[in-house]
Amino acid sequence: MTISIRSVEKQFARYPALRGVSLEVQPGELLALLGPSGSGKTTLLRIIAGLEFPEAGQVAFDDQDVTFASAAARKVGFVFQQYALFRHMTVAKNIAFGLDVRKAKDRPARAEINRRVEELLGLVELGGLGGRYPAQLSGGQRQRVALARALAVSPQVLLLDEPFGALDATVRKSLRKELRRIHNATGVTTIFVTHDQEEALDLADRVAILNQGAIEQVGTPQEVYDQPASAFVCSFVGETNRFDGAVSGGRFVCGSVSLAVDCADGPKTAFVRPHDLVVAPEGFEAKVVRVTAQGPVIQIEAQTASDQRIEISLARQEAGSIAVGQSLRLAARKIHLFDPVD
Amino acid sequence: MSPRSSTEDPWWVKALVLSLVAVFLGLVLVLPLVSVFAEALRQGVGPALAAISTPDAIASIKLTLLTAAVAVPFNIVFGVAAAWAVAKHEFWGKSLLISLIDVPFSVSPVVAGLIYVLIFGSHGWFGSWLIDHDIKIIFAVPGIMLATLFVTFPFVARELIPLMQEQGVDEEEAAASMGAGGWITLWRVTTPNIRWGLLYGVLLCNARAMGEFGAVSVVSGHIRGLTNTMPLHVEILYNEYDFVGAFSVAALLCLLSILTLILKGLLEMLQPQVRRAGH
Repeated sequence: MTISIRSVEKQFARYPALRGVSLEVQPGELLALLGPSGSGKTTLLRIIAGLEFPEAGQVAFDDQDVTFASAAARKVGFVFQQYALFRHMTVAKNIAFGLDVRKAKDRPARAEINRRVEELLGLVELGGLGGRYPAQLSGGQRQRVALARALAVSPQVLLLDEPFGALDATVRKSLRKELRRIHNATGVTTIFVTHDQEEALDLADRVAILNQGAIEQVGTPQEVYDQPASAFVCSFVGETNRFDGAVSGGRFVCGSVSLAVDCADGPKTAFVRPHDLVVAPEGFEAKVVRVTAQGPVIQIEAQTASDQRIEISLARQEAGSIAVGQSLRLAARKIHLFDPVD
Repeated sequence: MSPRSSTEDPWWVKALVLSLVAVFLGLVLVLPLVSVFAEALRQGVGPALAAISTPDAIASIKLTLLTAAVAVPFNIVFGVAAAWAVAKHEFWGKSLLISLIDVPFSVSPVVAGLIYVLIFGSHGWFGSWLIDHDIKIIFAVPGIMLATLFVTFPFVARELIPLMQEQGVDEEEAAASMGAGGWITLWRVTTPNIRWGLLYGVLLCNARAMGEFGAVSVVSGHIRGLTNTMPLHVEILYNEYDFVGAFSVAALLCLLSILTLILKGLLEMLQPQVRRAGH
């Protein structure tokens, strides 16, 4: 099911949470809404769900206007950040809730409901735990119940609000894989909100990056990483070194850093990713301050002649035996240039 | 010096605090209760039972129970509705509503009773209209009901509002996203979560409804056999120096309260897995 969001605006008191946001979500895709706190991503998700309503703009499911339809009418599955499981119901009753509350004529037989609950418990790998109460489950297990519960009503779209935020790192990684597997198994259009860019890039088919109530870029993880549309996207997604300087005669200059660029003259902000810095005899000079080994990669912190700290990422084999205090000459393999930002 | 955890008080602090609590409870709660029963049974069980079987006494018992039977359900409906509106929604006038709910607490019960006399009494705002239609409110049972409703208004609401606010709206939103309408959500999601707060609020409401004196005294007219609740009957007996009678009816009132406490305890025992820690 295609979801169309057109010029949606939302205010809380006098605070503009969303300023004219437009987005098309393709059927069956797994889309991430990525951005820092306060960027409006959860607000946008809730507007899609029907838990909030916009001041202006339109939300359409397959060209049918649902902007002011209630959450109950939209048939969306919503997974809350704090799971929102019904604390006084068993896991099985939680999952069956969406089917239990249907009107008599739409409600399947009890046997059918039980079968569906068992099927979903198997899908999220919680078989046999139907009789437990939420208080007796771990965080990861509760999240899976929330997922199963949202899927029970066979929703047209699955929405997840920072689904892994409250979990520790290992559980988060494994649940990420689970979500991908479940998405592939069910084929449901899925949108999830996260502030963790690694999670977004790892999981999503496409990523929409929000900042201060507006979408800065929509693209595949590869696109937003390699071709960031703005300075914000460039610095938010992945690691960067930032240089504020100017381009003159085909060279970008910032203090003692000088890089060859193909760009018109003028003041610019440049971003270079740590792994795009290479050791090159004709490059600018920097003195190594700290060397850290992180698995297959060596992270080097260095200081330029104009006292700027930069980060360099080298593969273990290339790094050789770089030591603290050593002087390196560096060039950039790839530079992202933008008009000056604050 | 025996090892103890860093957050535990020394034994003498615990002993002192517990002793203080015991003395306070003993003087303020236990002693009066025991003396009520002691005075009631001063001349033996016979006179005590006789005192609570007089026609006037029985009428007062019936009226007290009737008043509680009207006040409690009404306040359950109002309390749940008010708490649901305040905790789960945003609307203009919300703080005003919360303040209004607290008015019966800040107003003296005598003043509360007087309000109704001033509105519905024969010289009151609706006085002539009521006389014309032969409707008696003041110095009749309806007046007593109204006065009791006023003073028991806040109990259920005040117990539920912070509880529901603390529980938030997440579960209700989850229910909505799965297609549950308003009533279903209220009945299947909200109510089970608030049942212990509701029970406690009902208990307080019931206690106040049965025991209210000031407001009811002003509107009642003290007509024996007709408009006397048990507290008023106790006063009448005491003013006539019938101490055994007065204390006997008072003891019965205590027993009614103890009965409701036992009921509450029984209900709680039926649900062992419920955490009662966070009220």
